[in-house]
Amino acid sequence: MSLDQMKLDESAMILKVDGESSMKRRLFDLGFLPGVFVICVLISPFHDPKAYLINGSVIALRACDAKEIEVLYEKD
Amino acid sequence: MKKIKVALVGTPNVGKSTIYNTLTRNHEHTGNWSGKTVGITKGDCEYLDTCYTFYDLPGTYSLISKSKEEMVATDFIVFEDFDVAVVVCDATSLNKGISLVLQTKEICKNVVVCINLMDEAKKKGISINQHLLEERLGCPVVFTSARDKEGLKELLEAIKLSEPSGYLAIDYGVLNEPLKEIEQKITTTKYHARWVALKILENNPYYISKFQELGIIQERPKCSFSGDVHLEIALKLSFETQMILKGVIRRSKNSCEEKRRKIDQILTSKIWGIPIMLGMLFLVFYLTIVGANYPSSWLFSFFSLLEEPFSNFLAFLHLPPFLIDLLVNGVYKTLYWVVSVMMPPMLIFFPLFTFLEDLGVLPRIAFNMDRIFSKCQACGKQALTMCMGIGCNAVGVTGARIIDSRRERLIAILTNIFMPCNGKFPSLIAIITIFFVGLNKVYGSVFCALILTGFIFLGIILTFLISFILSKTILKGEPSSFTLELPPYRMPKILDTIIYSVKNRAIFVLGRAVKVAIPAGVLIWVIANVMIKGLPILTYLTNFLEPIGRFLGLDGVIILALLLGFPANEIVFPIMLMCYLNTNTLTDMDNLVFLKDILMQNGWTIQTAICFLLLFLYRFPCSTTLLTIHKETGSKFYTFLSVVIPLCVGIILCLLVRLLFSFTL
Repeated sequence: MSLDQMKLDESAMILKVDGESSMKRRLFDLGFLPGVFVICVLISPFHDPKAYLINGSVIALRACDAKEIEVLYEKD
Repeated sequence: MKKIKVALVGTPNVGKSTIYNTLTRNHEHTGNWSGKTVGITKGDCEYLDTCYTFYDLPGTYSLISKSKEEMVATDFIVFEDFDVAVVVCDATSLNKGISLVLQTKEICKNVVVCINLMDEAKKKGISINQHLLEERLGCPVVFTSARDKEGLKELLEAIKLSEPSGYLAIDYGVLNEPLKEIEQKITTTKYHARWVALKILENNPYYISKFQELGIIQERPKCSFSGDVHLEIALKLSFETQMILKGVIRRSKNSCEEKRRKIDQILTSKIWGIPIMLGMLFLVFYLTIVGANYPSSWLFSFFSLLEEPFSNFLAFLHLPPFLIDLLVNGVYKTLYWVVSVMMPPMLIFFPLFTFLEDLGVLPRIAFNMDRIFSKCQACGKQALTMCMGIGCNAVGVTGARIIDSRRERLIAILTNIFMPCNGKFPSLIAIITIFFVGLNKVYGSVFCALILTGFIFLGIILTFLISFILSKTILKGEPSSFTLELPPYRMPKILDTIIYSVKNRAIFVLGRAVKVAIPAGVLIWVIANVMIKGLPILTYLTNFLEPIGRFLGLDGVIILALLLGFPANEIVFPIMLMCYLNTNTLTDMDNLVFLKDILMQNGWTIQTAICFLLLFLYRFPCSTTLLTIHKETGSKFYTFLSVVIPLCVGIILCLLVRLLFSFTL
């Protein structure tokens, strides 16, 4: 599963971050690293971008970038 | 007196600029314009027996990435001469801050950690163990709440007492071996060899060529690591950060987060998100328009009262009559005209806008709008530069720095002019009231604001259209990466907001207005007063421009006024009236009934009004904006484009309106 497929209030753990190198570095800076938990907290009126809670901050990503982040769903 | 140079480092949205502004309040060198620092600003602060010079570096998430702000910040820390680096962290999300502290300690020997937003942390039930953190980081840690001016004295004290220690060597695990290999080939005493090696291992072309220039490395050393260097670095930094923070933070449960998420979900909801956003913007415009009327007329009568004493004073100095006329009717009149028309809306709009900015609403607007912008291959943050453009296009252009990708930034700069700036509002309102709403109507100002919003909508549509065309032609390329932080809502300090926005925004614009009004006043006076064969130069010019005017559904006078209004949009209308009334000085448009008569007598119809509005809105940026565009893009070509694009749009729209009217009549 990739990050962009997450629905509102779902949480997941990041497995892998792919994509173009400068975007990847930016994502690393923001805390999108393997092993980190994210929650999808907001979806914009046009469904894209979505915002994720990560390390206490809310960060918005477009679907095309979130697609590059592989996640594992948490079941609760 | 002891002098200390301090670099302020920090992630975005931690209140770094608040600290900077509070400390250097009376000694500011430049204002922080777009709400984000991108260049480096410098300011002094004296406390007890020490003089501190602060350098406010751009907000950065890390010192590793290649974005403009991060390069500026890293370059400053590594290559500039200063004493102490203060890393400002957000108490409510320490992770990012501590990671930045580690990265700063890699390249700077003397670091003080400032943990800001302690008030918010308290509200959220977060407590931080100061001593443990100090011990683990090996540098002083100070708690502050900059908005309440708490802890700032302690911060200054800590800066003074802080002593340089060694560079921090982070354990990079698998990277340690290759780093050591490169380190052996480096000769430097001035810089941290391990960090230099890290940049080489990262294969960072900018720094590699810089190191070669500085003679640190002769040729590029070979790297023996084949994995993902950046991932390794990021993982290690994150691991180190977590080890440092283990047991440092304690959280007690509370409802603060829940409340924020509820507000967020309403503000970005499918049904309400966009209407609420538009409503807020409409309210800001409405308050600006209604509120500006009274102070504007007060200022106007105040300055005109001074006209006679000023003229008498000049006569007292035995100046020749023509010079007195030039100074009073040319310079002074143009000057106070511009000031009294321009200042009040600025004084209302900017505090309101800064309020929304401080509250944290603006990033939500970018979040809501991004989809539409990305369809036009532009960036959602452009919505913010557009809003700033309504205040002043020059501000909007500077504000485009918050957009990461160069292509999207250029799109935002080139299309900013499609947002009508405050300077255009008074004339727009006058025309709209006369020709579309009608005088003396109940709720007239509401209708007026609605029609004005309509024109802004047209501007928005044009912005999208031009953005799309630009990204498909001149600025071809894929839409770039987009990340946007949605910071928590913060209730702004009303008084601080007012002081800040008046000082840094309104006064700036006033200064600009004064600068352009003086030469413009002289020019207008010369054109209106210097006679050739019994007629003023003005008449020759309007006659020459008449055919062009007719072609566009206007007349020569309007075209001349639009051209002469190049320094400031505020004076277009007064110039026009001056021509129509054959006076030789700018003419009052206070009385709308009177104004209507003049325009009607000079052949204005509803078609003229529409064409005028269109060309007035979309001709070319004013001189200040144009200079700003040149400065921001560093390119004559893009500056030229920024003139041609709106001019073409304005002319095409005028011709369309003429065509439309010729069918209906």
